[in-house]
Parts: sequence; C-alpha cells; structure tokens
Amino acid sequence: MLMALFLLPAAQAALRVEITKGADGAVPIAVVPFELLGNAANTANVSDIIAADLQRSGKFSPIEKSKLIATPKDLEEVNYKLWRIAGVDHLVIGKLKVLKPNQYEVSFRLIDVFKGVQVLGYQFAANDNSLRGISHHVSDLIYEKITGQKGAFDTKIAYVTAERKQGVQPSYKLQVADTDGYNSQTVLNSTQPIMSPSWSPDGSQLAYVSFEKRKPEIYVQNLYSQQRDKVTSFAGINGAPVWSPDGKKLALTLSKKGNPDIYVLTLATKKLKQITKHWGIDTEPSWSPDGNEIVFTSSRTGKPQIYRVAASGGSPKRLTFEGRYNASPEISSDGRTLIFVQGEGNVFKIASMDLQSGYVQTLTEGPLDESPSFSPNGAMILYASTDKFKGVLAAVSTDGRFKQKLVLSEGDVREPTWGPFRK
Amino acid sequence: MKLTKIVSALMLAGLLSACSPDNVKDDDAAADNQQSENQNADGAQTGGLNGDGNADGTALSGATVSYEKSAINDVNNVLAEKVIYFDFDSDQISADFQELIAHHGKYLAANPDMSVRLEGHADERGSREYNVALAHRRAQSVRRLVLFQGVNAEQVSIISYGEEKPVALGHDDEAWRLNRRVELVYEAR
Repeated sequence: MLMALFLLPAAQAALRVEITKGADGAVPIAVVPFELLGNAANTANVSDIIAADLQRSGKFSPIEKSKLIATPKDLEEVNYKLWRIAGVDHLVIGKLKVLKPNQYEVSFRLIDVFKGVQVLGYQFAANDNSLRGISHHVSDLIYEKITGQKGAFDTKIAYVTAERKQGVQPSYKLQVADTDGYNSQTVLNSTQPIMSPSWSPDGSQLAYVSFEKRKPEIYVQNLYSQQRDKVTSFAGINGAPVWSPDGKKLALTLSKKGNPDIYVLTLATKKLKQITKHWGIDTEPSWSPDGNEIVFTSSRTGKPQIYRVAASGGSPKRLTFEGRYNASPEISSDGRTLIFVQGEGNVFKIASMDLQSGYVQTLTEGPLDESPSFSPNGAMILYASTDKFKGVLAAVSTDGRFKQKLVLSEGDVREPTWGPFRK
Repeated sequence: MKLTKIVSALMLAGLLSACSPDNVKDDDAAADNQQSENQNADGAQTGGLNGDGNADGTALSGATVSYEKSAINDVNNVLAEKVIYFDFDSDQISADFQELIAHHGKYLAANPDMSVRLEGHADERGSREYNVALAHRRAQSVRRLVLFQGVNAEQVSIISYGEEKPVALGHDDEAWRLNRRVELVYEAR
C-alpha cells in the first residue's frame, strides 16, 4: 500500500545533490559494488545508492570505487588485515540476484573490519519499483548499527517548485521525492502559488495552502488515494498549517477577525479554537513533540520574534532575544532544540537554539535561507536556500559541520519539509 | 460630482518616475497574465477597466483629478497610479502615498458600484508565511485609509500573496522596493 503513490520508476533525479561542506571525522567505510547474479540491464545500482546515502549523512566517508583495494563478494573472500592496513573501519558487501525479470533478491553484509566479524546481514525481495527504497532501507540499517541513531534515508521530502518565465503562465508544483531527490511525484500542479506543505505524522497526507481559487485556502490531501479536502477558506489569510503530533489537529494562521492569529482546528469535528489574540502578527505555528505547546512567530514587540504558548491557549512566553528578525520556528523531536530563520540586515540564516541554555548557533551562511525542517532522526536540517539566486534546497547537519545542496535542474525549489519515518 | 484640477507637474513627474505601473509590469509579462486571469476567475465583468484607456489627445504635463466613473481608465488621471510601496518589514504608509490613497477613496465613495481588491505583497527576504501576514497588514493599512473617505466596507476586499508574486524578479534593493507593494485592482460590482 505504501508504494501506491510511487509507482512510476523515475530514472533520474529531479534534484541533484552537491556536497558543499564535508565533515571532519567522518567514519571511513568501503561499500563494495554488489555482485550482479543474472541479467538485469537497467536496475538501480544498490551499492551506489547506499554509498551516496552514507556520504550525504555527513557521518561517513565512503571510499571511491576506483580506490577500493579489493572487491570481495562473500564473507570468506574478505582479507581483514588488508582492510585494517587501509584504515577502513567498516565494509559493506552484497549481491543482487535476478530471479526473473523485475524480480530480485538483495542481500548485504556489514562487516566490522577490526573485530573481523559480520555485524549485520539481511536479504530482501525487490522489484524495479521497490529497489531504490530497499537500498535506502539498507542504508538505514547500516547507519543505525554504526551510529546508534535511526537512519532517515528511506523517508520522503515534500517541497514546492516554481517556474516563472517571461510571457508564460507561472507553474507551481507541490512535489514529494525520496531524500536523494529521486522518484519525484507531483501532488498538485497550479498556475497560482502553493505554500507551506506539512506532513501528517503517519506520512499519508499533506496539508498545504493553495491560491488556486485566487485566494489562500488550506487543503488536506491523501497521497495514496489523492482525495483532498478543503479544511479552511475564511476571509483573509488561511495559512501555515501544521499537523499536531497525534495527527488529529492542525495549527494554522487565520485573519478572519482582521489580524493574523494562531488557531487550532480539530480535523474530525472541524472545531476551531483561537490560541493567540494580539494586534501584532502571529503566524508560523509549530508543535512541541508532546503536542502540549505551540511555538510561533509574532511581531508583538515590533519585529518578528519567536514565542511559545500552551496548545490550549494562554499567555505566550518569548523565546528569542538575540537578533532583530527571528521567524519560522520548529522544535526537534527530542524537544531540546529550536531551529528558525535569523535575519540581520539583508542576510537571513538558519539558526538553532538550545532550549535549556538559550545558546544560539547560526548553522548556515545565508543570504536568503528559510523554511528549516528537521529530519525525523534529528540529525539533519533541510532548508530553502539560493544558489546564484536560484531557489535550491539545502541540508546542514544539526551541529552545522556538514552541508549539501539539492539543486533542481529547472526553476526554483523551496519550502522543503522532511516527512516522518516510515511506519 | 466632478472635480477636475491640474496637479503640479512636479508631483506627477515624481510619482510616475518612481512607480509607473507600466514600468513595473514591463519587467514581468507573467504579472500581466496573472492580473487578467484573476479577473476571469473571479467572474467579474471587467472588460476594458484595466486597459490603457485609449485616452483622447496627447499626454498632459499634469495629472487630472476626476472621480467620474470612467476616470479609472484615464492614463492621465491621478487614479492611473494603482500601486502603493512600503519600507522593509513595515505596513506604514508614507505621506506621498496617503494622498494617492485618498484619491482612490474619493473615487470609490463617488462610485459605489465600483469595488477594489487590495493585493498585498512583500519582498523575498524573511520567512514566507510571515511575509503573507505582513503583506496582509499592508493591504489593511491601505484599506483603512480608503474607508476613511466614506467608502462602503463591501467595496474593498483584501488578498495577501506575501512574497509569492514578485513583479520584479531581481534580488537587489531595487527589485525588493518594487515588490513591497499593495496593488489596487478595480472591478465593477
């Protein structure tokens, strides 16, 4: 059922990944090209996908294929001494067996070179549609075994693309893709702006804002059935929808009383509760992981700053004090870190704040970075950036040490949001 | 009610050079398309309202002020200027534009069968949803001044596009200045 949306095997990535800043201390790992048993001309290259995943995490530095000192296919062929001398900590070997056309068996082994033992080994059934996903799943297993943290390669990202050309109607698309940019699928296509996608916690639905009726309205769309419901269409702003952690509510921004305020909509009953009430701008709500609090952007002191309020309403407490422009907050899944956009003059960067100590760290260089979103394991932050003024997606490790860009070949890409772990 | 006078050439020159809608729109044909789409989608009968008016005679050295219904199509009328510009992260209306908005308010008061849609916009800096809220407040600021002239509230609607529909596609101070705006889009009711 999960694969229903992603039936079309996309041969190429819509987004090209560029590593822009490598991390020191990445773990050296050798991913040996998997042995192909049988004839399969155009299958995805499982070992290349795994190596690229591990590289993109910033925690591993896979050895280039041309520099591998050996290419063992089986456990018995591994010369541990040789790999130890080469300074390789871990080795991945495996096979892709073609059982019949479009029916494969993928097996892999993760080997700890210093202990001289296999520490992980699995076998999966696959076909052309599932092979990339299974490769990402293998990356997740390897990542978790070595780092102790759950991998997030086999997850999805959503984002908005915009193409504007002289004399041509603009084209806006809401898209979903694998985390390496492959398998991009268009969820909505419009000549009018699309904004603020938000994943349901189970990954089956997206909430978003569409201007297709020449006014902003909030929709909820099921990614598998493609059924969608208009959830708000009040006068004025209908914006910034974000799913509660239990999946039952949306926090959102409405200006139906004249001024932008935060509301919570219970999806089953369509009951609306006003959370903030202030003459300033209140927008960009985001839930704490326990669902008890909402952080949001407010101009109540003149310039945008980040506040926190009980999800049932009450009096907001200001969280950011450094900098004149702090907006677009999101809290990590462990509840410890706040990420947001910090602006100074014409430069807007992604920053993080330790919620306990209040320590603020800028993670990116700007000049126009926005829309930060945590990976589900909290290791990376996906955000919108610019490359020679073209809108691109970028990712930075939570500690700021590792950076990469995801560049769309045509048009601008923006407002990325990282989906949840697969259930 | 017919009020006609010649506005000083100095003021006109300032207004037109700073923010002629023709200059702005030429930068971006897509914006023109959107404007006509908007009218179609809303089902409003707006034929000719935003055309170039085919005004008789040659351009005058000063803008006329007339609140007759057809004046909205007159390129030489002060009402030809239909864009209000703002400072960064501000919804305050400068003195220059207060006078222009007052003219539009008087026109709407004199023509209760006309309505205007105030489309708020922001430049690309800062976060997107905050910019939607900011541009909404810019449109609200314009609305307040329009209503001050005795216009029916039903004649004035607001939509905020935030930074989603720039007229200038550049990424510098000049493009940002042109994008921080409220556009007045007229419709017959």
